Amino acid sequence: MIQINIVDREGVEHTLEAPTDMHMNIMELCKAYEFPVKGTCGGMAMCSTCHVYVLSDTPLPEMGAEEEEMLDQAFFVDARSRLGCQLMINEAMDGLQLQLAPESD
Amino acid sequence: MIQTDLIIIGAGPVGLFTVFEAGLLKLRCHLIDILPQPGGQLNEIYPKKPIYDIPGLPSILAKDLTTNLLEQIQPFDPGFSLGERAETLEKTDEGEWQITTNEGTVVRGKVVVLAAGLGSFEPRKPPIPGLPRFEGKGVDYFVKDPEKYRDKDILIAGGGDSALDWTLDLVDIARSVTLVHRRTEFRGAPDSIEKMLKLAEAGRVNLRRNAQVTDVLGDDDGLKQVIISSEEFGEFGQDIDYFIPLFGLTPKLGPIENWGLETTKEGIRVSLPYYETNVPGIFAVGDSNTYEGKLKLILCGFHEATLMVQRAFQYIHPDKKLSFKYTTVMGEQGLLQKAQSL
Ligand SMILES: Cc1cc2nc3c(=O)[nH]c(=O)nc-3n(C[C@H](O)[C@H](O)[C@H](O)COP(=O)(O)OP(=O)(O)OC[C@H]3O[C@@H](n4cnc5c(N)ncnc54)[C@H](O)[C@@H]3O)c2cc1C
Ligand code: FES
Repeated sequence: MIQINIVDREGVEHTLEAPTDMHMNIMELCKAYEFPVKGTCGGMAMCSTCHVYVLSDTPLPEMGAEEEEMLDQAFFVDARSRLGCQLMINEAMDGLQLQLAPESD
Repeated sequence: MIQTDLIIIGAGPVGLFTVFEAGLLKLRCHLIDILPQPGGQLNEIYPKKPIYDIPGLPSILAKDLTTNLLEQIQPFDPGFSLGERAETLEKTDEGEWQITTNEGTVVRGKVVVLAAGLGSFEPRKPPIPGLPRFEGKGVDYFVKDPEKYRDKDILIAGGGDSALDWTLDLVDIARSVTLVHRRTEFRGAPDSIEKMLKLAEAGRVNLRRNAQVTDVLGDDDGLKQVIISSEEFGEFGQDIDYFIPLFGLTPKLGPIENWGLETTKEGIRVSLPYYETNVPGIFAVGDSNTYEGKLKLILCGFHEATLMVQRAFQYIHPDKKLSFKYTTVMGEQGLLQKAQSL
């Protein structure tokens, strides 16, 4: 178990316990804690409903081409943007701070 | 006016298979879908991904599953209204349902089947303040009639195939074409990218990379100018006649929300075993419904459609009794006879 901080769309911060042995990603974690994250494409980097901002300088896996292309079509994107479904939870993410990006139309 | 037995909203995999099961009971179907092609999520979101959990098909590309479904239902000759959104639902004096689309097509039938998936696929709108004010007055989310843009100054935003294709198509029609893209690289067919870059080099396409449209300005007559924010040149205004943002499609429940059906955030609530909504004669199958134990899978939608048509039959032929027959018993000839007698 590690801890991940997530700021929701109302600006409230939540500390979540996240398992590292269940092959779970951040989108799935958000859904498990009933955050309003849709995950329409099931985690295939094909919808951007799991868009988050990374607030801490925690080391994260590099962005793949699919993630980059999807973010390219998403809105409210900035240098901190990642797709939650492409962030597989691992030990190195302990203390990671995230914020949910606004929901786009 | 189109007269049918089952009005099916949504031509995704579940809507398509409904035609087959209804056809076995000699019921006619008409499908309505906002997308220009059948297949729903399969063709719009992941056409080239293999699916592994269709019974009897160890692996099949999403788009091939649609092709196969279309072949399977072809004998029953369903009607299609594609590129149209089902907008309103009414009950006629004769007790039938009547659905009108945004294009004014009217379809009547005794039963409505919502195979509407996650909703109707609608263009994704960039979060630019003021954009809604100019919708249809200089802001278009898709190109219907290229001639509309003849000798006009147009600006297309986006970096995918539709932005590239329309840039290439409109360059010979419009007075000027500007293409704005947030990044340096384009995704999309390599030869379209190459063609577009060549046109940009030749000065025929005004290409702005690493840039975004951040505001739209105009008056009651419509759009006049967009504000572009570019990494290279900062913020500046550009006079244009049309702004066409092309950022793909996203499903939205849309008009169905106002049809008086009981819904939860998971979907339209249905009762078992026939997947009927709280309104008698209106059913919901596939991704659009919800009930205890629901899984949003193609195979589950197929099963729901099969059971649903048994009950739909009673609405259409209240005085007839159904006899159950295997397709193997009917044989190809039997199927064809059924189809021909529709
Ligand atoms: C990336 C991804 C991978 C997937 N992988 C699998 C998998 O491996 N196995 C599996 O079983 N499932 C998978 N799914 C889920 C599967 O695609 C859905 O369960 C299936 O598409 C549901 O079919 P449907 O016919 O109910 O709805 P949809 O496919 O969503 O089709 C609904 C159609 O209705 C139309 N529509 C809705 N409202 C209106 C309206 N008012 N007017 C006009 N048209 C309207 C929409 O435009 C749409 O075309 C996956 C989904 C995604 C996104
Ligand atoms: S869940 Fe669709 S992009 Fe992440």
